[in-house]
Amino acid sequence: MKFVDEYRDQAAAARCAQAIARITTRPWSIMEVCGGQTHSIVKYGIDELLPKAITLLHGPGCPVCVTPLELIDKALQIAARPEVVFCSFGDMLRVPGSGGDLFSVKAQGGDVRIVYSPLDAVKLARENPQRQVVFFAVGFETTAPANAMAVFQAHTQKIPNFSVLVSHVLVPPAIEAILGAPDNRTQAFLAAGHVCTVMGYQEYLPLAKKFRVPIVVTGFEPLDILQGILMCVEQLEQGRAEVENQYARSVQSQGNRPAQDLMAKVFRVVARKWRGVGEIPNSGYSLRDEFAAHDAEARFGVAGYSVDEDSECISGQVLRGVKKPQECPAFGKRCTPERPLGATMVSSEGACAAYYQYRRHEQRSLAAEKPSQDRSQDRSQDRR
Amino acid sequence: MCLAVPGKILTIVGEDTARTGSVSFGGVTKEACLAFVPDAKVGDYVLVHAGFAISIVDEDEAAQTLEYFRQIGELGELEKQP
Repeated sequence: MKFVDEYRDQAAAARCAQAIARITTRPWSIMEVCGGQTHSIVKYGIDELLPKAITLLHGPGCPVCVTPLELIDKALQIAARPEVVFCSFGDMLRVPGSGGDLFSVKAQGGDVRIVYSPLDAVKLARENPQRQVVFFAVGFETTAPANAMAVFQAHTQKIPNFSVLVSHVLVPPAIEAILGAPDNRTQAFLAAGHVCTVMGYQEYLPLAKKFRVPIVVTGFEPLDILQGILMCVEQLEQGRAEVENQYARSVQSQGNRPAQDLMAKVFRVVARKWRGVGEIPNSGYSLRDEFAAHDAEARFGVAGYSVDEDSECISGQVLRGVKKPQECPAFGKRCTPERPLGATMVSSEGACAAYYQYRRHEQRSLAAEKPSQDRSQDRSQDRR
Repeated sequence: MCLAVPGKILTIVGEDTARTGSVSFGGVTKEACLAFVPDAKVGDYVLVHAGFAISIVDEDEAAQTLEYFRQIGELGELEKQP
């Protein structure tokens, strides 16, 4: 596929990894914010191509992972109602709430449907005026224009039986929370290319300046990620802390203005709770008052409900890059993608789920062979 | 979840918030909303997320990134020479 295959060239990836090794003189920790990038890094073994001195930390950019438990519970309550058609992106259906998930609601007779686009849910509402159609509007800035358009169209086309359960989160406040934490280890960021496609990267300039961190807007293919890392390491080695754009084929400095305009019309910025992290000020969206008629929380009376998360799960530390998945005693044992304890094991873009899928067997076989091997020897064995 | 896939616009219909088109992803064609890329024309590549085009792929920038990787290779070869 054009604009995909050419950015997966193995020889070019090796050359880029060599270039990173040539300029690296000391240890650096770099965080990729987006779960899609985490998935690519672990899937393609990008971290294993890098010199030992470079550590990649996996950030909180997985909307499925950070949607708080209480919102999943609200989704379950709404989806179980007989008059409701509950629509969602597919990856939300397995996310466990306090009692079951959307799949279990569906198994018990709930009308739960997977849609490709929120506009599919609007169409369902238009065609089924006797049913209440609810869309689970989850996501980062990348998905917000799509969800804003669904609400806007339902409003202007007067489709009263369409509503949204909103769980929208924003990247820059999360980066600020990570950098401001006393146990922060992150020295540079790969900013999420598709979030910046929508929002641009002006918001990151004050963060780079305030915390003295390089931030490189980066794409999702293996060569994009390697170039993003190379640009971070160049800045770190030269003592610079600037915002740079690796993903210029999609990202412009000001982002997508028509998308931002519609988002601003439909949403307002509010504090949001992040699963495994807690509440972050100004870190998400809610519907503006003029679109409140389409707010599913108010319509079905589930606002104000709150629950606590599992205390054994360390996903909050994983999401902030403080710990790696395999440092959790429950990883792969009491916590698996089939029976997740928390956020990061839920979605394929969660760090724990990515490690479980691509690294679990290697770790087991290596542990059985020689438990005391150092990391570089581990890598040479991994590639055999 | 922030996955976006590049595809080529084959047709465009409608205007403003109702602007849509058929987009080919390596031969598989799907409808996408084109309201957020008002400058996109038939033949352009767009990045599509959740049924919405969120950007027009800048082909010059795409080529420059690939050129960068070619130059990295040449630089490595030069450094290997005595």
